[in-house]
Amino acid sequence: MADLPDAATCYELLARMALIRRFEEEAGRQYQRAKAGGFLHLAIGEEATIVGTTSVMRDEDFLIGTYRTHGHAIARGTEPQRVMAELFGRVDGTSGGRGGSMHIFDAEKRFMGGYGIVGGNLPLAAGLALASQYKGEDAVTVCMFGDGASNTGNFGETMNLAALWTLPVLFLVENNLYGMGTSVERHSAQTDLSKKAEGYGISGTRIDGMDVVEVREAVAEGLRAAREEQRPTVLEAFTYRYRGHSAADPEVYREREEVEEWQEKDPIESFAKCCVEADVLGEREVQQARDAADKEVKAAVEFAESSPEPPLETMYENLYAQTEPGGWYAVDERSPEPHRGDHQDEIPDAARELAEAGAAYAGQPTGDRPNPAMQGDVQEGVEERIEAPDRDVSPGEEDED
Amino acid sequence: MAELRMREALRDAMAEEMRRDEAVFVMGEDVGVFQGAFKVTEGLLDEFGERRVRDTPISENTIVGAGVGAAMNGLRPIVELMTVNFSLLALDQIVNHAAAIPYMFNGQARVPMVIRMPGGGGHQLGPTHSHSFEALYLQVPGLLVACPSTPADGKSLLKAAIRDPNPVVFIEHESLYGTKGEVPDDEDAEPLRFGEAAVRREGSDVTIVGVLKMAQVANQAAEKLASEHGVEAEVIDPRTLRPLDLDTILESVRKTNRAVIVEEGWPHGGVGANLSTLITEQAFDYLDAPVQRVTGADVHMPYSKRLEQAAIPHEEHVVSAALATLEGAR
Repeated sequence: MADLPDAATCYELLARMALIRRFEEEAGRQYQRAKAGGFLHLAIGEEATIVGTTSVMRDEDFLIGTYRTHGHAIARGTEPQRVMAELFGRVDGTSGGRGGSMHIFDAEKRFMGGYGIVGGNLPLAAGLALASQYKGEDAVTVCMFGDGASNTGNFGETMNLAALWTLPVLFLVENNLYGMGTSVERHSAQTDLSKKAEGYGISGTRIDGMDVVEVREAVAEGLRAAREEQRPTVLEAFTYRYRGHSAADPEVYREREEVEEWQEKDPIESFAKCCVEADVLGEREVQQARDAADKEVKAAVEFAESSPEPPLETMYENLYAQTEPGGWYAVDERSPEPHRGDHQDEIPDAARELAEAGAAYAGQPTGDRPNPAMQGDVQEGVEERIEAPDRDVSPGEEDED
Repeated sequence: MAELRMREALRDAMAEEMRRDEAVFVMGEDVGVFQGAFKVTEGLLDEFGERRVRDTPISENTIVGAGVGAAMNGLRPIVELMTVNFSLLALDQIVNHAAAIPYMFNGQARVPMVIRMPGGGGHQLGPTHSHSFEALYLQVPGLLVACPSTPADGKSLLKAAIRDPNPVVFIEHESLYGTKGEVPDDEDAEPLRFGEAAVRREGSDVTIVGVLKMAQVANQAAEKLASEHGVEAEVIDPRTLRPLDLDTILESVRKTNRAVIVEEGWPHGGVGANLSTLITEQAFDYLDAPVQRVTGADVHMPYSKRLEQAAIPHEEHVVSAALATLEGAR
């Protein structure tokens, strides 16, 4: 491990990583309780890459990520309770319940999302950086994506554009060795992903993504190159997710031993140990960071539980930025615009009743989730959890298997 | 008033808005040095320089995606895609990001951008350069869709699109670029509002709605209906498909009791299919005949001049459809 920063910084790094770890564990548990729906992608094991990156970014810098970004938002300063409320689909969520786990966003913290299309965020990053440069602003855009995204057309197109236009952007590959269940060797002809943009004139560096201090130093240099030289670079951070790709992952593609090997390098444990051994932090402070995380995440769940469901009449809000509506923007029985011709007087009541009838299905058990792996035929125990949505699962159950 | 070609009117709209607002810039394949594949951006590079008129690599999805990112960070990009068919390469960014971001992030980000794309047949460009995707973009909530048919509308709607806080798919017709029309000179005039149809010709016997170039074909058909068949058609050009000025169309149908919809795109799930349903839902009791549609042929645009012209609607088709709605009534 590289030289440690000062004690206050070390504490902040440790506390932030512990908070993300604790948040993700709890998110997994709430998913098992069916409080969170859809797909759930947890970043447990990848905390050092996330926190190392955000810890050296300026407030005015932009961060844009993938569908595994609860931790990225929290690292940028978004309140965990608002992320949890989003997972619960509630009004106080980061997107008011419109986005869910894969689409976290916080404009105020310049966390620019949260995207469900692999590789789709790369062109957006180029655009964010282009606008900063165009306006003569200092902000750098950090674009984080997985190893799988390096195979998309967007990767090649965006690298070319970023190099051609010398955009102030840093590309950071969170290489967790698998694009879903396909290993890097099986999905990329060039397995050294740091070299993949060299043909476009963008140099890359491989770093240990489990070492928060190493990540900090490499990202700081990448930010400097982008800010001072308008020179985009690539960082390939080796990291590992201890949980499956999503909660629906039976993990047939990797050995238990491999997971255990990486758990030996746990980014939080190893950093805490290092801080204690170097006498930068005491055991008490390490415990304090963990306790604070426990407390905040517990409060986040309470907050999310008590946040209301989105009112049905907000269905169409923010579909358009609308000042003076003219004509039919949305043509639908449930449209708030009463353009219903001869029958329009009857609509308000009828529309509300129909919306309520649709919303009533939300109370049905979620046993019909779309992924067969979640139906219980692959992963033992999942079926049971899904069919008994409110059954509580003892903490840490998955890790201790 | 000045007489301008459509391409000049569109160019003037961009130039005026770029003078007015520093946040407006243009990017696309060959929009700068080459002056645009259809010469719509002619002269812009000279006036505004490379910072604001940006030639891009051939990377449609990334050009549009970069436009979305730039729009989220305060700019007002105009992205030119060389043809509507090429826009399919950018469909991911158009649908999954430009259209979805304002909604899925609950209004925390807006995407004020214009995506211009020319389409339509008539130049023997064959199956990958000539299609009409108005219906495709009309389907996507979050997008606005403009289809101007005259130079005056082209200029005014493009100015409105650039100022609009929503993402706009701005569909131009390759065969209209050279057509001339009177265009008001006043740079400071308020542009048209989206969602306001134009009644091109008044009539009491049948309503003909024509989209994009088909608005002109509808006009020609109406003249022929009057001179050869004694039928007075009312011709409506919706100008924007989303928002749609359905009220003007319904008002006309309630008067004429008959409707014909003319578009160049494919018949299944087309603009006409949609509009026909809306008219049937909203004005069924006023209809004296089934709504008629005139569409492009249900094929990929053929190259052969004979086949291509046979695949595109002409005034004869519109006349025939209008007369069909009047069968037995006269």
